[in-house]
Amino acid sequence: MGIVSPGFSGRRRTTGPDLPPGQYLTEDFPVLSAGPTPRVPLDTWQFVISTETGAEFRWSWDELMALPQETPTVDIHCVTRWSKFGTSWQGVSLDTLLDGVDTAADYAQAHSYGGYTTNLPLDDLRDGRAWVVHSYDGEPLPAEHGGPARLLVPHLYFWKSAKWVRGVRLTVEDEPGFWETAGYHDYGDPWREQRYQGD
Amino acid sequence: MAAPTTGRRAGTPLMWRVARLVERRVETPTAQTLILAVPGWPGHLPGQHVDVRLTAADGYQAARSYSLAGPADGERIALTVQRVPDGEVSPYLTDAYAPGDPVEVRGPVGGWFVWRPEETAPVLLVAGGSGVVPLMAMVRARRAAGNRAPFRLIYSARTPQDVIYADELRTRARDDFGLDVTYVYTRQAPEGWRGEPHRIGVADVNSHGWPPDLEPLCYVCGPTGFVETVADVLVGLGHQTRRVRTERFGPTG
Amino acid sequence: MTDMSYVDGNMLDGPLRELFAVDLSSATGRCESCGMVGPMAGLHVFAQAPGLVGRCPACDQVMLRLVRAPDRAWLDLRGTTFLQVPMPLDQPHPRPL
Repeated sequence: MGIVSPGFSGRRRTTGPDLPPGQYLTEDFPVLSAGPTPRVPLDTWQFVISTETGAEFRWSWDELMALPQETPTVDIHCVTRWSKFGTSWQGVSLDTLLDGVDTAADYAQAHSYGGYTTNLPLDDLRDGRAWVVHSYDGEPLPAEHGGPARLLVPHLYFWKSAKWVRGVRLTVEDEPGFWETAGYHDYGDPWREQRYQGD
Repeated sequence: MAAPTTGRRAGTPLMWRVARLVERRVETPTAQTLILAVPGWPGHLPGQHVDVRLTAADGYQAARSYSLAGPADGERIALTVQRVPDGEVSPYLTDAYAPGDPVEVRGPVGGWFVWRPEETAPVLLVAGGSGVVPLMAMVRARRAAGNRAPFRLIYSARTPQDVIYADELRTRARDDFGLDVTYVYTRQAPEGWRGEPHRIGVADVNSHGWPPDLEPLCYVCGPTGFVETVADVLVGLGHQTRRVRTERFGPTG
Repeated sequence: MTDMSYVDGNMLDGPLRELFAVDLSSATGRCESCGMVGPMAGLHVFAQAPGLVGRCPACDQVMLRLVRAPDRAWLDLRGTTFLQVPMPLDQPHPRPL
């Protein structure tokens, strides 16, 4: 610990049963980004699930919007230590998208317009815990927050909720993504504070 | 004022040092210069910056980078801090930080966006807002070192009230031989100003900069969009990319 | 304006000097993706992120990633084929092999 500067408290830090360890609550919605914001026209946008056998399942924007829509309201937790409560989204459950996808894969790697990737176990995309969302707070998702569409996997640190998502590759082996190859955890459970490899 | 111009040498460890506030100068309604005493400060070059780290009583830490505003005076350094309204560090430094209080500093850092007082090439400095701070360090170091390289400073500010170091720049433009200072105002110009408030463009850089065949060193510092514009203009006018050094500052406070 | 969220590679000096004894921001690097050779200080650095991401100013590909945990740091330079580091002449140096 460094030398204490009298009177400095920094951002207000709240603890509580809904806040994972080491997190603080924020009211705004910080924009984090590892590169330039891609601009993806809706008429060429598509979402692709590919399996370990090479089979591909594709949705255009209109096809995605025609699927059953859900409106999850969830708490989100960023590994840079901010958490935001009660965020409201609209999108399609991964259960819906994975329905009819025949696979023996145990892992998934989400990939994005702009080149970002992130990995997680396929099971974590199931059972009503993951969505491809296109609206936030009743408005189309702004590009800086991942629009046209992003992944939403709120039970893991938010870097797993890939912005500008364009697809998910289902893999037999766990294949670390952008941050996971640079020290971040392959699973990333905020309640177990799995920030870095080995945590 | 002594002007140590030795930059940091390879192999010098970069460590956090305790710094204490000696003096505070109000520059504009939102900018202040803090004079810090830093025992063991190794000296620095104009254009370099320091990382400032604050620690709360519960161990929480926040760090930001600030440009050094002038040559070191022995173990005293000057930082000019622009207060960012919703910021975490700058409001503490401008409003709560009291004489004698400690912060930690690490530096100097940055070996690229620097001007060495032994340089003889003409220099163009282009500042956007508080981007003037590291450029002012170059202006001050030039005079302190008795360097005669011709300097031109183009300083873009929102209004005359936002101009940092206004009095000193007026004096230096008169007394520092070979220093020209011109202003661009983006929101509101002073009484009697010729021309309208506008964002900096090709005409400003072309009329108040140097022609590229003089091979000037160009230093551009300001918000990312400003630096982007000016760097594009300079390269478009024919300046070599390697002679254009930029320092963008991001949205942290 | 969201594409403007990067800063210059100048700011890499402090974080990298936690790892190395020299200022790598004044080094010259070559981009693995497009071959551009230029100062690391000229990288576009995205710092509002879980780590620092340095991208080539010419092609936007990632040249450097630095992640800092309290007790560890990860440096990934796979996007950089070489770093040319200025060395002071007054220090003893080995002859070429």
